[in-house]
Amino acid sequence: MKPVIWLILRRAGFGFLTIIVISLIIFIGVELLPGDVAETVLGQNATQETVEAFRKALKLELPPHVRYRVWLTDFVQGDFGRSLANGREVSGLIGWRFANTLFLALTTAAIAIPLSVMLGMMAAFYRNTLFDKVISITTLSFISFPEFFIAYILITLFSVQFNIFPSMANINESMTLVAKLHAILLPALTLTCVVTAHMMRQTRAAIINVLASAYIEMAELKGIRRLRIIMRHAFPNSLSPVINVVALNLAYLIVGVVIVEVVFVYPGLGQLLVDSVSKRDIPVVQASGLIFAGAYISLNMMADILSMLANPRLRQSQTS
Amino acid sequence: MKSENLLQIRNLFIEGFYENQWNTIVDDISLDLKRGEVLGLIGESGAGKSTIGLAAMGYTRQGCRLASGSIKLDGMELFGASEEQLRSIRGDKIAYVAQSAAASFNPSHRIIHQYAEGPVQHGIMDYEQARKNAVKIYDRLFLPDPEKIGLRYPHELSGGQLQRAMVAMSMSCEPDIIVFDEPTTALDVTTQIEVLASVKEITEKMNKAALYITHDLAVVAQVAHRIMVLRNGGLVEEGETRRLIKKPKEKYTRDLLSVRTLSEDKNDEDKTDVILKVKDVYATYNGVDNVLEDINLTVRRGRTVALVGESGSGKSTLARVITGMLPATRGEISFLGQPLSPDLKHRDKNNLRRLQMIYQMPDTALNPKQTVRTVIGRPLDFYFGIRGKEAEKRIRDLLTRIELEPAKYIDRLTPELSGGEKQRICIARALAAEPDFIICDEVTSALDQLVAEGILSLLQDLQREMNISYLFITHDLATVKAIADKIVIMLEGRIIEQGEKKEVLTPPHHEYTDKLLASVPVMDPDWLDNLLDKRASTFLS
Repeated sequence: MKPVIWLILRRAGFGFLTIIVISLIIFIGVELLPGDVAETVLGQNATQETVEAFRKALKLELPPHVRYRVWLTDFVQGDFGRSLANGREVSGLIGWRFANTLFLALTTAAIAIPLSVMLGMMAAFYRNTLFDKVISITTLSFISFPEFFIAYILITLFSVQFNIFPSMANINESMTLVAKLHAILLPALTLTCVVTAHMMRQTRAAIINVLASAYIEMAELKGIRRLRIIMRHAFPNSLSPVINVVALNLAYLIVGVVIVEVVFVYPGLGQLLVDSVSKRDIPVVQASGLIFAGAYISLNMMADILSMLANPRLRQSQTS
Repeated sequence: MKSENLLQIRNLFIEGFYENQWNTIVDDISLDLKRGEVLGLIGESGAGKSTIGLAAMGYTRQGCRLASGSIKLDGMELFGASEEQLRSIRGDKIAYVAQSAAASFNPSHRIIHQYAEGPVQHGIMDYEQARKNAVKIYDRLFLPDPEKIGLRYPHELSGGQLQRAMVAMSMSCEPDIIVFDEPTTALDVTTQIEVLASVKEITEKMNKAALYITHDLAVVAQVAHRIMVLRNGGLVEEGETRRLIKKPKEKYTRDLLSVRTLSEDKNDEDKTDVILKVKDVYATYNGVDNVLEDINLTVRRGRTVALVGESGSGKSTLARVITGMLPATRGEISFLGQPLSPDLKHRDKNNLRRLQMIYQMPDTALNPKQTVRTVIGRPLDFYFGIRGKEAEKRIRDLLTRIELEPAKYIDRLTPELSGGEKQRICIARALAAEPDFIICDEVTSALDQLVAEGILSLLQDLQREMNISYLFITHDLATVKAIADKIVIMLEGRIIEQGEKKEVLTPPHHEYTDKLLASVPVMDPDWLDNLLDKRASTFLS
């Protein structure tokens, strides 16, 4: 068997390759947008000269493959270019919003991951009982509603009815951490409802699958308590599918939450992306697209690497 | 207050839920087990022996229930005891050794932690004390490097070592009784001896009572004082080991005793034409180390060549090379006088058809969503383009040939069949292609003794009628003696001895052949002791 370090390097190599391919797709996708960028941005009343100058500034007269290379080299050096809409540095525009997106995602993850893993374990432990069914039905109902619907229900309950949490999750840098958390609790709860069912059901299924193994019967015949069997014998062996579903949901929390951001008027990257697409603000679209892709790919790569490390066969192979 | 019988089972009935109703699977069993005594439970699968073994621990598998009767362990009634009471005796008073140690050790934890878990969780001793005990027991059971071996993960031990580590684990709480559930079935003969020796060490020298469950009468004769023969959940007969082997009362027991028969010798070897010739073949998995070296063998028409060796000797790899799944790196394989392309992808359909394969696990070799008709009809369609009525007729012929009644079986889904029936369907599927040559890879090792016997005699009948050649891969020398014309013995990727059956089986042998032959248990209660004595004395001298 190959040492695990090679497996990891190979996986990382594939991740890198995927990012390159995606950067190409993003670039080509933007190229294919109909109409001339300069004319769209400057409007119909622009003179021929201003359009020409604009094209020059954007290097639009250069062939696409050259522009792609320049864009990618600049990107990896941290130069994302300037926004077409207001001329500000894209990095400044994106940086703050990306931090906000991560903040919301991590807060949600901090609630949702322990919650769903716990619920999954308990559902497996009490499987086919009333408890199991109630958990399954509840989480499934949440996932069946559109997320904006859950968001409005939560707003009606907690902002309108009881007035505990704000309906607008408008945060800025001067707020304290507690104040920020208070502000984003409703969107975080909304997202928790959306992702919990998926992770919980996967955890439950993975554990139940492992519970049929001979070593679980052996543990029972050794007189080990049920709870310990689930925690110590079943869970470590069901980690791999759980890690994968957690990574997928984390990725969703970073890249797929635009609707929730809109509902709560939250200054995240998703909302910026949507705005920029409608404004034809290409540097911003490209940069945020690539950041999303990077987040998605690195999370999945981390999940694969963690799954490898969770398997003692792979972990040990370097020593034997 | 201790009763004389450590374990006392009275009129035990156990039911299993299948075909939408509760069926009796253990039928009125009573047994007694005294301190220091080993009771052998023997029977084919479905005889209920494992179910009885588990019931002695107050445990039933999913879909089974204890219906009525009484199970008293050291005076305590297990029937109707609470889950917590049962948990407290399991592992502590009565321990279990499972058939497959590889599946029964948790792959995520080190061996020593799994050993210590029982005593620590039962509050008998702390981890450090358990670890010290483990080292002592590992040493007694001749595990290599007893101080450190516990720190390994299960996948880092060999099958035989793992099984001994599991025997050691069953001793961790110093239980009164140990249930051994087919502990050597998954092992090859030379490894089986190591495990049997450790079972003996524990039951005799450490004076534990044990239930020893197996389907192999020769194995149980080595360790048990008394034997109970079971069939379909009921008792056939019970008796002291020597008496039962010498004078069985029931016909069923006599059948179990006498299944190993020899086939007639065929000595016209040179007159028949060569079907398969393997010449100077080398193969590798990683491009560097050869897993097969310098392999030469021939198979003639209508003959059976048995390929024998321990697991890891390269037998199955050779089958992969012959079928072309693993192309040989050097050497030549010719089939019916024509050279075969080493790679499967470059062989023509006709050659593929004439060379068929039957596998060890009929469960995994059959698609569970298909009926018998689809399974057998597929090669008819694929190789000959036969469909519809004509195919139907052929399928029925084939079913008759493998001794399964067509009307009853043709529409059944494969999972509804028993292990032996499934293997017969696999044979019919191979026959449908009208092959000249079939590779049988351990085809009987997953089956019970009498069922395996049926499969072997079917294969021999087919050979006589259709003049098919077999390459028979096995680690079971009894099977070899029963059906082979020629024997090829492999060790570490090389052929170390080959020849006519009589030649190979009569001394002088190659040193390794000698060890293999000596390791096959014979129906003699003193065989293991004699063998171990002999090995010890040669070791000392």
